[in-house]
Amino acid sequence: MNGAEALIRGMEKEGVEHIFGILGGAIMDVYDVLFDNSTIKHLTCRHEQVAVFAASGYARASGRIGTCMATSGPGACNLVTGLTDAYMDSVPVVAVTGQVPTTAIGGDAFQEADVVGITMPITKYNYLLERPEDVPLTVKGAYYLAGTGRPGPVLIDFPKDIQQASIKNYKTPKTVHFGGYNPVLDPHPRQIALAVKALMNAERPLILSGGGVIISNASTELLKLAELLGIHITTTSLGKGAVPEDHPLALGMVGMHGKRWSNNAVQEADVLFAIGTRFSDRITGNPKYFAPKAKIIHADIDPSEIGKNVEVDIPIVGDAKRVLSAMLQVAKKASKKEMSRREKRTEWGKRIEKWKREFARDINYDAVPIKPQLIVREVQKIIDADPKNTIIATEVGRNQLWCMHYMNIRNPRNWLTSGGLGTMGAGFPMAIGAQVARPEARVLNMAGDGSFQMTMQDLATCMTYGIPVVNIIFNDSSLGNVRMWQALFYDKRYSETDLKNNPDFEKLADAYGAWAKRVERPGEVGEAIHEALKSGKPAIVDIAVDKDETVYPMVPPGGVLHEMLDE
Amino acid sequence: MGEKIHILVALVENKPGVMQRISGMFSRRGFNIDSLSVGTTEDPHHSRMTITVRGDNRVLEQVVKQMNKLIPVIKVRDLSEKTSVSRELCLIKVSTSKQDSRAEIAQYVDIFRGNIIDVSLDSMIVEITGDTDKINAFIKLMQPYGIKEVSRTGITAMHRGHKSVKDQKK
Repeated sequence: MNGAEALIRGMEKEGVEHIFGILGGAIMDVYDVLFDNSTIKHLTCRHEQVAVFAASGYARASGRIGTCMATSGPGACNLVTGLTDAYMDSVPVVAVTGQVPTTAIGGDAFQEADVVGITMPITKYNYLLERPEDVPLTVKGAYYLAGTGRPGPVLIDFPKDIQQASIKNYKTPKTVHFGGYNPVLDPHPRQIALAVKALMNAERPLILSGGGVIISNASTELLKLAELLGIHITTTSLGKGAVPEDHPLALGMVGMHGKRWSNNAVQEADVLFAIGTRFSDRITGNPKYFAPKAKIIHADIDPSEIGKNVEVDIPIVGDAKRVLSAMLQVAKKASKKEMSRREKRTEWGKRIEKWKREFARDINYDAVPIKPQLIVREVQKIIDADPKNTIIATEVGRNQLWCMHYMNIRNPRNWLTSGGLGTMGAGFPMAIGAQVARPEARVLNMAGDGSFQMTMQDLATCMTYGIPVVNIIFNDSSLGNVRMWQALFYDKRYSETDLKNNPDFEKLADAYGAWAKRVERPGEVGEAIHEALKSGKPAIVDIAVDKDETVYPMVPPGGVLHEMLDE
Repeated sequence: MGEKIHILVALVENKPGVMQRISGMFSRRGFNIDSLSVGTTEDPHHSRMTITVRGDNRVLEQVVKQMNKLIPVIKVRDLSEKTSVSRELCLIKVSTSKQDSRAEIAQYVDIFRGNIIDVSLDSMIVEITGDTDKINAFIKLMQPYGIKEVSRTGITAMHRGHKSVKDQKK
C-alpha cells in the first residue's frame, strides 16, 4: 500500500462517501486510487472554489463532514476563500491538497505554494505530510478535529513522493489524541443553575440563538426550554431554522437586517440568553450600546468567544445541546412559585406582539418592476408545502438579505448562507453540495446576477451528475447591495456597481443543457419557479427585479440596534 | 483596566510550524508581543515558550484563550510577578577606546554580577543575566562608553516553589 491508497482507505473508514474536487499533477496518485478501487464517489467540479463550497454545503445541510480535493499551487490556492468561509461559519470540511515532492519543497518548484503557511490562519488545523507512515493517523486526526468541538476546516497537504511511497505494516488507528485539544462539552452545573435562575426571575427575557444550536442538533431542546419558560427566540443569520420561524415564540432574525421587533426586544430585554453565537458586528451593531439593559448569559463551546465582542455576566462553556438539556432539567424541577413568575412576563409578551403588529410591512406585490419580496413570498409557498425537504441556499447581497428578513425557515440545516465571510458565489456550490448530501430534497439557490456569475460555470457539474439545483436570480443588473449603500451612504455616487453586458441567462442555461426562464411580470414568478422544480433539471429562473428597492429596515454600519433606517 | 506587561508561559508540541501558528495568531488578532523565547524542555515532545505581552486584563484573557484554541498548544499560564521568577540574558558589545573605560566597565560588570566574555583592542562583550529592569539599568550605564551591539534573549520565567506549568489545567 502506498500513501495515496492509505489516504483513501482512511477516508472510507471515516465514512466519507463523496469528494468534490479537481485533479492535477501533484494529486494524480490519489486520483489513481479513486479510479477503480473505492466506495467513495468523486465529483469533478469546474473550479476548486466550487469544490470547497460544495463540501461546505454538504456539511451544512447534512451535519456530516464535507471533503474536497485539489492539486498543489493554484488548485490549493483556489480553496482559500471556501476554507476561510468554513472557518468563519464553523463548518466541518476536510481539504486534501497535492504538494510538490518533499525533495522539491522550498525550491519554488512548478505549481508549488506554501499551502500550510497560507491556510494556517483560516483552518482549525493543517498538516504537511512528511512521512508515509503518518498518513493513517493524519486522516483520522483531520476528521476528528474537523467534526468535534467547534467544527471547522482542516487541511492535509500531501506531497507527491509521500503519496507514492509504500507503507509497511499499514494499520488503521482506532483513536487519535491531541494533548492540547480537549473541548469542554459538559457545562458547569453552577453556571447552568445561575442561568436558569436569571431567566426565571427575568421580567423581559429573550433568547438569541446562533448557528451553534444547529451544529449541535439542539433545536428540540431549545424549543422545549423556550416553551417551558415562555421566552421568545430571535436568531442570527446562521441560526435561521434553529426553531421554526413561524412558531409563536419565534421572532425571526436580529441585527443589521433583522426584524425591528427582534432588535427592540434585544435592546429592552433584562436578561438575554445567547447560545451558539459569536456576537458578530452584523448582530450587535455598535457593541457598546448592544442590549444595554440586559444581564447577558452566553453559552458557547469555544471559550474564546466568551467575552470577545460583548461583556458577559454569566458565561457557560459547553456544547449547545448539553447546555440546553441541563438547563431544561433544572428548569423542570422549579417550584410552582418560581414558575409563577412566568405570569409576570405577559406584559413583555404583549409588548413584543405590539411591535410585531406595528412594524409589519406593507408590500405591493403587484408592482412592476417586480418587488424582490414577491420572490421570497413565492418561494415561501414552496417551503411551506414541504418544509422538511426544502433547502434554501443564498448568495450574498440583497438576495440574501431579503431572504434573511422575510423568509420563514422551519427546519434546521435547510438554510445555507455564507454568514461570517459573506462570500458571493458561495450559494450555488453550497446548493450543489446540499443536493448531493440530501438527494431527496428540493434545493433552491437564491442568487443575484452578480454573485451567480462568480461560480455559474458549475452548471456543467450539475449536468454531469444530475444535480437539479434551481437558481433563482434576483436580476437587477448591478451589484445591488453595494449600489444600495452608495445610495444611502455615498450620495448616490454609483461607482462601478452597474453590471453591463450580463449574459442572457436563458441562452446560458441552454448552452449547458439546463432549464431556464426569464420572468418580468409579477404574475409569472410562482409559475416559473414551479416549472423549474418540475423540470427535474438544473435550472435558472431569471427574474427582473426593482433595482431601487432598498432593504428596509436596516441598522446602519456601527449604528445602534433600535435605531433602524426606514422608508 | 490599566495596560500591563504580562508574562505567559506556554507548553507546546515540539513540531515545525508551531512558532508560526502562535506568532501568526498574535499578529492577526492585533496582540502586541514584547518578547518571545522558545526552547526545549525535559520532555523532547514539548517546547516551552515564554511570551511577554502588553495589554489590559481583557486583552490578556483573550490572548490566553486564543492560544489555548491552537491545537498544538498544550498549556498556557499567566505568571504573575509575585509568584514567579523571570530572567533574561543580554550580550552587550561596548567600546573601550576611551581611556580608563576598560577598568570602569569591569567594575560595573562586577557590581551587576555579569561576565566579560570577549575582549578585543577597542571593545569587549559583556554578558548580563537578570530581570528586565536590571538589564535596562546596565545598558544605560554602558551608553556613555558607546554601545556597538545589544542582543537580548527575551524573558524566560518559572513558578516559584514546587508548582509547575504542567500541573495546571489547560
